[in-house]
Amino acid sequence: MDLNLTPEEVAFRDEFRAWLQINVPKDWAEWREKPLEESFPYLRDWQRKLHQGGWAAVSWPKEYGGRSATLMQQAIFWEEMARLEAPPMANALGLGLIGPTIIAYGADTQKKRFIPKILSAEEIWCQGFSEPNAGSDLAALQTEARLADGHYVVNGQKVWTSYGWVGDWCELVVRTDPTVPKHKGLTVLLVDMKSPGVAVRPLRQMTGESEFNEIFFRDVRVPVENVLGNVNDGWNVAVSTLMHERGAYGARLIPLFRRSINRLIELSRKTQRNGRPAGQDPVLRQKLAQCYAEVEIMHLNQLRASSRITATGAPGPEGSIQKLFWSELNQRLQQLAQEILGPYGQLLAGDSYAVDKGIWSYGYLRSRGNTIEAGTSEVQRNIIGHFVLGLPRSY
Amino acid sequence: MQFGLNESQEFLRNSARNFFSGECPIAEVRRLMETHTAFDPNLWAKLAEQGYTGIIFPEEFGGVGLGIVELILLIEEAGRALLPGPFFSTVVMAGSLLDALATKEQKKKYLLPICRGEARAAVAFFEPNGSWDLADVRLTAINGKLRGEKLFVPDAAVADWIIVVASDGAFLVDAKAPGIRIQPMLSMDLTRKLYSVRLDDVPGEKLGETAALSRPHGIATVALAAEMVGGMQRTLDITVEYAKTRKQFGKPIGIFQAVQHQCADMYLETEGARSAVYYAAWALQHRASDAAAAVSVAKLYTSDASRTVGNRGIQVHGGMGFTWENDLHLYYRRAKASETAFGDATFHRERLARLTIDAEAVSAQRA
Repeated sequence: MDLNLTPEEVAFRDEFRAWLQINVPKDWAEWREKPLEESFPYLRDWQRKLHQGGWAAVSWPKEYGGRSATLMQQAIFWEEMARLEAPPMANALGLGLIGPTIIAYGADTQKKRFIPKILSAEEIWCQGFSEPNAGSDLAALQTEARLADGHYVVNGQKVWTSYGWVGDWCELVVRTDPTVPKHKGLTVLLVDMKSPGVAVRPLRQMTGESEFNEIFFRDVRVPVENVLGNVNDGWNVAVSTLMHERGAYGARLIPLFRRSINRLIELSRKTQRNGRPAGQDPVLRQKLAQCYAEVEIMHLNQLRASSRITATGAPGPEGSIQKLFWSELNQRLQQLAQEILGPYGQLLAGDSYAVDKGIWSYGYLRSRGNTIEAGTSEVQRNIIGHFVLGLPRSY
Repeated sequence: MQFGLNESQEFLRNSARNFFSGECPIAEVRRLMETHTAFDPNLWAKLAEQGYTGIIFPEEFGGVGLGIVELILLIEEAGRALLPGPFFSTVVMAGSLLDALATKEQKKKYLLPICRGEARAAVAFFEPNGSWDLADVRLTAINGKLRGEKLFVPDAAVADWIIVVASDGAFLVDAKAPGIRIQPMLSMDLTRKLYSVRLDDVPGEKLGETAALSRPHGIATVALAAEMVGGMQRTLDITVEYAKTRKQFGKPIGIFQAVQHQCADMYLETEGARSAVYYAAWALQHRASDAAAAVSVAKLYTSDASRTVGNRGIQVHGGMGFTWENDLHLYYRRAKASETAFGDATFHRERLARLTIDAEAVSAQRA
C-alpha cells in the first residue's frame, strides 16, 4: 500500500497540467450556460485541440492515438480537467465507450475507418441500446435486422439515445436471429445516421432539456461490413460497452463531487438559517459531515478498485459497485443542497435570486435520473448479488 | 499509487486468518464469553508467540516494528474471529499509549513485558460526563494521586496495570494498588468485559502529557473500526452462505431480490468501511495532513455500517437469526459496543464538521 504518486504519475500530471494551463479555453464560463446545441461546435473545437496535444483519449493504446494511460493516470487526467474547469469533450460516448469497443472487437478496416474521426470529433457517436420495451431487460430488444443482398435491413425504435440529435454514427444493437434464446440472437451494427429511413426525435426529460433522443429505423440499409464483432455475438459486444460506461465514469465524477461538497460547505457558511449560518445548525452539520465522508469513501473505493484491476488485469464488477454508490450519493448530496438553501434551492437559472445560477435546482432534478440511467440501482444490486456474492440469478 | 496490500501484508493477513480460525474458533469464543473475564492464558501465550502482542512496537522493546496498516490487518482478522479477551485493550490501547508517551525507562518496564506477553494493561478514559473527547476529561491528579471514577474500561479485571487518562496527563497505576475498586459492568458484548474503576487517592506514575494522547487515541479509534470491518465481513459471509442454502417456496432464499439486495448492500457497506479504515491507517502511519479527518470518516461510517450490516444479516436469517444458537447476535452485540466506543457516528460527524466547516472560519478569524 502506497498512496503517494509514483514518479511516472507525477510526470504525467505535470505534463498535462502544463499543457492545460496554456491551452484550456478561458471563456468556457460564458458558454457553459448555453444550450448544448449552441455550444457543441465550441466543444468540438476543444476536443480537436486536446487531440492535437495527444490528450483526447489517454486510456486508449498508443497505437490508436491514446497514451496507454494506467487507471491511476486516467484518474489524474480527470482531476486536472476538473481542477482547471476545462470544458467536456464533444464526442464523449465515442471516446469513452464506443471507441474502446471498436478497438476491442473491430476489424482492422473498421478501426482505420472510424477511430481517427472519433478522436478528432469529426464524427460524433451515439449509442442505440434501450428500447421502449427493453430497458433493464436489454436482451429483450426487438429492433430487427434482416439480411438482404449484402445489407442488413433495420426496423425498430431506440430510446434514451444521448447525442442522437448530433450523432453521425450509432452503435446499434439489433436482433438478427429471433429463433434462438434472447442473448444469442443479437448483433451490433455501426450505422450511419444519415442513412435513409433514420428519424431522430428529441425526448424531453423532467429537467426540461433534451439530452436524449428517440430514434426510429425504417428499412434502414446497413452494409454487412459494418457488423461489429461477430454476427449473433452482439450481447458480448454490448456488455463490453456497458462495462466501460459504468467503469470509467466513476473516476471522472470524483473531482466533480469533491467540488460540489466543498461548494456546499462554503454555502453553509454564508446562507442564513434561523438567524445563523446554516453550517452552524447542528442537524445540517451532521448531514454535511456525512456527505463529506461519503464523497471521500467514493474516492477511496475507486482507488482500491483501480489498484485491484491493475494488479489482476481483469476488470470485474467494480463499475457496478461504483455506479450504485455515486448515483445514490448524488441524490443525497443534492437533497442536502436543497436543505441548506431552503426556499432558494428551487430557483431556476435566470432568476435573479438563484444561487450559483440555478445549478442546485437543476442538480436536484437531474440527479433523480442517476439511479436509473446506465443500469438502474436494482440491476446493479442484481449484478453484485450474482457476480460478486455468488447468489443465484434472480431473473 | 497503489491502494492494495503488498505481498508481506497479504501474508500477514492470511497467517492471522489461519491462526484465529485454528486457535479461536467460534466454539472457543462461546466458551470464553461464559467465563467472568473472557481471558484465556493459553490463547494469550499463543498470541505473544506469533509476535502479535508487539506488532507495532519497536524491536528494542521486544516488538516487531510493523506499521499501522499491518496492525489494522491483524485487528480486522481478530474482529472476524470475534477474539475475546484483553488483546485490544492491552496491545492497541495501552501499548500504543505507552509507545507514544512513555520514557525509555518506562517502556522497558511496561511496554517490553506487554510485547513479550508477560503483562496486560487497560486504559481508563471515559467519565460519567459521557464524552470521548480528550478535552472533556475532568479527572485530575493531585500531588500525583488520582481520585475519581472511570467507566467502560475494557478488561480491567485481567490487567496488571491501569493507565488512567487525566486532564493533566496519563498516569499508570498498579491494578492491585489499595484504593482501586474494579467492578464489572454487565453489558451486551459478552466477549469483551467492561468495568468501572474507582480510584481513591491512588498514586500514579506519570507517563506523559495529555496533548500527546491524540495520536494513540487515533490509532485505537481506527483499529477499533478495523475490528468492526472484520465483524461485518464475517456477518456478510455467514449471511450469503445461509441465503444460498436456506430454502423457502422451494427455492434458495438468495434468489429473491428482496434478500439479494440486502446482501448487496451489506457488501457495499463493508467495502466502503474497509476503504475508509485502510486509508485512515495509512494516513496515520504517514502523518498525512488529513489524518484526523480520515480517522473520523472511518469511525463515523463504520459505526453506522456495522450496525446496519448486523440488522440486514439477522433479517435475512429470519427466525433463525433471532436464536441464541446462531452466531450473528455475538457479532451484533460486539458491533453495538464498538459503535459507541471512541465516539459514535454522531460524535465523529461533529468532529469532522469542526475540521471542515469551521476550520476555515477559525483561521479567518485568527488572520
